[in-house]
Amino acid sequence: MRDLFKIAIRNLLRYKRRTLLTASLITVGVVFVLVFISVSGSFKSMMIGQITDSMLGHIQVHRKGYVASIDNLPLNLNLRPPMMKKIEEVLGSEPRIESYSPRIKFGGMFSNFTETTNIRLNGVYPDRELKTVPLLPSRISDGKAAIEKGEIIIPVLLARGMGVKVGDSVVVIATNKDGSVNGKQFLVAGILESATGPGGRDGFIHIEDAMEVLRMTEMEVSEVAIRLKDFSKLAVVTDSLEGLLAGEVNKQGKPVFEVHNWEKLSPFYNIARMIDVMTLFIKLMLIAIVLISIMNVMLMAVYERIREIGTIAAIGTPPGKILSMFLIEGLCLGVLGAVIGSVLGVVLIQIINLSRFTFNFGQQTGLILSAAVKPLDLVVISVIVILVSVVASLQPAFKASRMEPITALRHV
Amino acid sequence: MALITAETLSKEYRTGEITVRALRDLSFEIEPASFVSFVGPSGSGKTTLLNLIGCLDKPTDGKLRVADTDVSSLGRKESAAFRGSHIGFIFQDFNLMPVLTVYENIEYPLLMVQSRPPAERKDQVEKLLEEVGMADQRNKYPDQISGGQKQRVAIARALVTNPELVLADEPTANLDSETAYAVIDLMKKMKADLGTTFIFSTHDQKIVGEAEIIYSLEDGRLKERKVMKEATHA
Repeated sequence: MRDLFKIAIRNLLRYKRRTLLTASLITVGVVFVLVFISVSGSFKSMMIGQITDSMLGHIQVHRKGYVASIDNLPLNLNLRPPMMKKIEEVLGSEPRIESYSPRIKFGGMFSNFTETTNIRLNGVYPDRELKTVPLLPSRISDGKAAIEKGEIIIPVLLARGMGVKVGDSVVVIATNKDGSVNGKQFLVAGILESATGPGGRDGFIHIEDAMEVLRMTEMEVSEVAIRLKDFSKLAVVTDSLEGLLAGEVNKQGKPVFEVHNWEKLSPFYNIARMIDVMTLFIKLMLIAIVLISIMNVMLMAVYERIREIGTIAAIGTPPGKILSMFLIEGLCLGVLGAVIGSVLGVVLIQIINLSRFTFNFGQQTGLILSAAVKPLDLVVISVIVILVSVVASLQPAFKASRMEPITALRHV
Repeated sequence: MALITAETLSKEYRTGEITVRALRDLSFEIEPASFVSFVGPSGSGKTTLLNLIGCLDKPTDGKLRVADTDVSSLGRKESAAFRGSHIGFIFQDFNLMPVLTVYENIEYPLLMVQSRPPAERKDQVEKLLEEVGMADQRNKYPDQISGGQKQRVAIARALVTNPELVLADEPTANLDSETAYAVIDLMKKMKADLGTTFIFSTHDQKIVGEAEIIYSLEDGRLKERKVMKEATHA
């Protein structure tokens, strides 16, 4: 085998310029793919991080049917205390969960005493909410995130529109699930930027204030937001929670709870999917580049060496060895392109990071691009390139191995 | 027992609508350790006959036995294996591998065809390098040596597996007279030393006389078999 490699490498060196050009083409392809994967991956991670860590949490548990009518924030689909107790038991038994935060969500009227508008409010335990969505404070443009009872955080567009500032008094009026209307005065403690761009109307108050406004005698939670210790375990933990909560059924035998991870709750998941699809197409382009360039160069190698092939076949070289010779040539070209491409790709990614490029997402500006390529991606890309190189060499190599020596020796 | 036995051997080619009868009912025997030449003008069937004997092609009709094997019935892989173990080839254009050194070209059949162990390969290649007078050129590549030297390397490569038969198609066609005689002398010496049968084709009348047995071909037919007594050149 070592001798086959020796012959293959010498044959590649025999046509230095052509080998260099082909290897360069593969190298450029590998560099391009690695940089694209790392930059798009960085953007995707940051986007997902912003959505999950400042708003949604990784997973949410609701009462069955709540998500289907989530725009209405239906109070009659809140979780009753025994349900919440069951959820807390399950969450307490799952070691992969870092924290969870119960939320009472409701829609109401917001007044600054001269004007009134509508608002969506989240009643939360501030400490638990901040553990579950730790980037929430980064969205506070003015004031503080850790609210106390009697305080409210309001969305920035509403604050601007109503001319409300931190320290002002406002009133929130809401109708509870029985149709009873109630109001409460709050002190504005913070102004909240939207996570996903203009239009956000979500504010935050203390969960006990929410109970008071809605005249709840016992806490009925709308949703439980969950943060995982390891985000990569999202699917596994979602399945696990679904399994653990699936046993709870109502009198009609239907499930009581529904478990959703961020992918099912945010339209931004489709953008993340689009990035994945784009990455796939970029990888396909790389495969095409490698396939065509290697096949082209190997076909040329076979046509140029027909007499040589005839000679080695005539003196008894088994067809399998002739096949191997050409496959190894393709393999060596692929390995060369993959190795150089990987090294250059990693160097270029480091340069991008050192250059500290910034981008904006939603209301977040100046996010620094932190491109990183996973070792697994490097291995996968390299293996793809090498495998495709071998596959591309198959047809020319097969052609060489099937050549009749008498015909090949006559070739001029 | 004859090394090669041909009985009413024929070979036809079809080129479109035309059928070309390259060989017609050839019958002959060649004994082991012979030095034989096939002569004749272009198109007489010399190369076709060598290709049949060398298992590079199959006869259309007749029987051909080489080294006690009916070579006309061998499949593709069996033919390659048979050539690798019984036959050496010397080509008009030398056909050395340009990416291998002189040493590596000679070693190639032992390494890639017969997969012999390194020590055995080394002994055999060293021996042949000395025999063909190329020991001091061992590390040179084919493009760094002369035509005569290339043909010496090709002879060594053909003999390195100790074949019973070496086939040489116009081995001196690309060489000047002096070098051509030197190559023929080397082939004769190797035949004498190793007992290998050499069969070569040529249309060079000076070289023809160097063979022990001369078969003349004309229009695919065996015209004459002549047994020579001694070499004619000084």
